[in-house]
Amino acid sequence: MAGHHDEYQVHRAKILTPAFYVLLFFTVLGFLLIAYRFVMGIGAVSNLSDGYPWGIWIAYDVATSTAFACGGYAMALVIYIMNRMKYHPLIRSALVTSMFGYMLAGMSVMVDVGRYWNAYSFFIPSRWQPNSVMFEVAVCIMAYNVVLIIEVLPAILERFIHMKNDKFPKIKHYAMIIYPKLDKVLIFIVVLGITLPSMHQSSLGSMLIIAKSKLNPIWHTEMLPLLFIINALYIGYATVIFESFASSMAFRRPFEKEVQQLSKIIPYVTGIWLAVRFIDLYIRGQLSAAFAGDFYSWMFMAEMLLILTGTYILMWNQYRRSPRMVFIAAMFLLIGGGWFRFNVYLIGFKPHGNWSYFPSLPEFFITVGLVAFEILGYMLLVKLFPIMPKVHGEHGAEAAKAH
Amino acid sequence: MSDNTLFSTGLHRRDFLRLTAGLTALMGLPYAMHTKVAEAATADNRPPVIWLHFQECTGCSESLIRSGHPDPAALILDLISLDYHETLMIGSGHQAEKSLEDSMKANWGKYILVVEGAVPLAEDGIYCKVAGKKAVDSLKDAAEGAAAVICIGTCAAFGGVQAADPNPTQAVSASSLVKDKPVINIPGCPPSPYNLLATILYYLTFNKLPKLDKLGRPEFAYGRRIHEHCERRPHFDAGRFAEQFGDQGHSEGWCLFKLGCKGPVTFANCSVQRFNDVGVWPVSMGHPCIGCTEPDVMFHTSIYDKAQIHEITPPDFYPNANPAPRGKGADPVTTGVIGMVAGAAIAASAIMANKLPKGGDDEEDKA
Repeated sequence: MAGHHDEYQVHRAKILTPAFYVLLFFTVLGFLLIAYRFVMGIGAVSNLSDGYPWGIWIAYDVATSTAFACGGYAMALVIYIMNRMKYHPLIRSALVTSMFGYMLAGMSVMVDVGRYWNAYSFFIPSRWQPNSVMFEVAVCIMAYNVVLIIEVLPAILERFIHMKNDKFPKIKHYAMIIYPKLDKVLIFIVVLGITLPSMHQSSLGSMLIIAKSKLNPIWHTEMLPLLFIINALYIGYATVIFESFASSMAFRRPFEKEVQQLSKIIPYVTGIWLAVRFIDLYIRGQLSAAFAGDFYSWMFMAEMLLILTGTYILMWNQYRRSPRMVFIAAMFLLIGGGWFRFNVYLIGFKPHGNWSYFPSLPEFFITVGLVAFEILGYMLLVKLFPIMPKVHGEHGAEAAKAH
Repeated sequence: MSDNTLFSTGLHRRDFLRLTAGLTALMGLPYAMHTKVAEAATADNRPPVIWLHFQECTGCSESLIRSGHPDPAALILDLISLDYHETLMIGSGHQAEKSLEDSMKANWGKYILVVEGAVPLAEDGIYCKVAGKKAVDSLKDAAEGAAAVICIGTCAAFGGVQAADPNPTQAVSASSLVKDKPVINIPGCPPSPYNLLATILYYLTFNKLPKLDKLGRPEFAYGRRIHEHCERRPHFDAGRFAEQFGDQGHSEGWCLFKLGCKGPVTFANCSVQRFNDVGVWPVSMGHPCIGCTEPDVMFHTSIYDKAQIHEITPPDFYPNANPAPRGKGADPVTTGVIGMVAGAAIAASAIMANKLPKGGDDEEDKA
C-alpha cells in the first residue's frame, strides 16, 4: 500500500471559521446537557419511559448514525474486495467520518445506559452474556471504534514524519518507528474493518426481532438483519457522496470525480434491498397493510418514495453526470435509509399499554451536540492531517493555497 | 416429577412432598399444614375407596388416571386403597363382586364411596344394572356402610347429560338419593382430578369434610367464578370480544363471552388449577367455558348462548383494562425547534444542491 501515501494532502485553511464557532456552541451546549444528565439522571433531560426505554439517542445516534458512518465500510468493500483502487483516495475522509460516527454511537450509549456505573462490567469476560444480540453489537461497535482509529492513524503519523520544523522531535521519532510496522499489518486491520460492520450492522436489525408483538408487522420480519446490512451499504455510499460534495463546497476544492462514478453502484444495492423488502412483505402477507393508508402505511410509503426516487435518479447516465443530481439522489437515500431505521426503532414501535414518546428539548440538543462534535472533529482533522484526496493539476495547487 | 408412565413403581419422596404441598395450597390451607397432610397421606390406614359406576362415560375416571403427579399406579396402590373400581380393577365377574362385598364388610363404616354417574329411576330403575343389581340398589347398599360419599362428575352430582330433557330414564343425581350420609359433590365434565384428591386428603387430615357451598361443592375449589381468574378477563373489561370462531379477535386471544362463554356464571377453579399438568384448559385453547360444574347451565342451555352477567364492571382492585396515557409526548416548543432545525438542514441541502453545477464533464462511467 506504500504507493498510495501520496494520494492525500492536508487541507491548509483557517481553523477558527464562523462555522467552527457555531458548531462549538452546539457541542458545548450538548456536553453541558450530558453533564446535567449524569448528575440529575436520565429523567431530567429526556422523555424516555418504561414504555419507550430508548428514544432518539438509540434510534438516531446508534442505529441511524452508525449507518451514516458506514462510508468507510462501504468504501473498503469497493476498494479492497472489488479491487477498485481508483477509489482509494476517498477512503481516508470516509474513515474519519466513520470514526466520528461510531464514536458518537459509543458516547450516546453511555449517555443512554441507565446504570452507567455498571458499564465497566463490559471489560470483564466473566460477566458477558455472549448469546445476546446487544452484546454482539456492543463488542463490535467498540472493536470497530478501535479499528477505525488504527486505520486513521497512518494519516496522523505521516503528518509528524513529514513535518518541516522539528517541533515534536520525540513524536516524530516514534512515528518513524511505528509507521512502517503499522503499514505492514494495516491490511489485516482493514479486513477486520470490513468484517466488524458486516456483523454489527446486521445485528442492529436482529435487535428488533425479539419485539414481535411491539414492532408493526410492516417492519417486523426475520429479514431485518439482511435489510439492515444492505441498507448500511447504500447509506454508506450516499454518505461518501454527500461528504465529498459537502467538503468540496465548504473547503472550495474541485469535485472528486470518483464519487460520481461510485454512484453507479448504488442502484444495484438499493435494487436488491427493495426486492428483499417487497418479496418479504408479499410472503408475510403484509403488502395490504403497507398500503392501507393509515399512519404506519404513510410512514412506509414515505420511506419507499425517498429510496425509490434516489435510486431512479442514479439509474440514468445523464443524471449521474450532473453533480447536482447525484447530490440530490444521495440526500434522498440518506434520508430514506435513515427513515427506514427510524421506522424500525421508533416510529413502527408500539409498546404495550398507552405509551407515547417524543424527544424532549434537552434530549434533542444532546444529539445535536454530539453531531456538531462529529462535524467539528472532522473539520479539525482534515485541516491538521493528510486526509483529503490530493488535488491534481493547476486547479489543485490553487485550491491547496486557498485561504 | 418422576416418569409419568403407567408402569412406574411407587411414588418418589420428593414427588410425594411436592404433591402434598400442592394439594395443601389447593385446599387453601396454610403452608405449614403440608406436613400434616403428608402424614395423613402416609398413615397406615390408607382410606379404602369403593368406586361405583352408573350412567356415565368413565370420563371422570379417565381424568383421574391422566393426572401426572401422582401417576395412576402410585395413586391407586400407594396413596389410596382403591378396592373396587370397575374399569381399573384386575378381577372380573364374580371375583370382582366378591372383592366389593369383602371390602365393604371389612371396612364397614370407614370406606369412602365414590360415585360416578347418574342413577335411573324410570320403570323401577332397570336401565342401569351391574352384576344383575340395579344402580339404585347398589348405591343404597354401598352408601349404608360408607363414611362419606363423594359424587364425582356432573352426572353423579347433578344428573348430567342423562338428566337432560327429555330424560327418558328419569335419571337423577346420586347425591339426591343419599340422605343419611355426608355427601360431597365434585362436579365437572370431567372435574379436575386434583379436586378429588384434595377432598380425600382433606378428609384424611382433619377427619371432617371441607367447607361446602349450598350445592355441596368444596368451597376451596368451587368458591369463585371462572370469570374472576380468567386470563382473558382484561379483554372482557376492555370490551374486546371474539365475535365468531376464527375471526381477528379470536385469533388475538380476546374474551370468548360472545361465543357463549359461561365463565361469568360458573363456579370452578379451572382457570387457576387447569388440566393435564401442562396448564391448559378450554378457554386457553380458544373454546368458551361450557359451565359444566353448574346444575342449570351445562345440558340445560346451549353451549353458544350468552350467559347473563350481573356484575359488568370489574372490581376496583383489578388493574385498569384501558390504561391512562403514559410517557411524555410532543410539546409545541420542542416540535417547533426540531422542525426548525430539520427545516434549516433541508434548506441548507437545497442551497448546496442549487450551487452544484447542473451539467457534468463527459469523461465518466468507465468503472
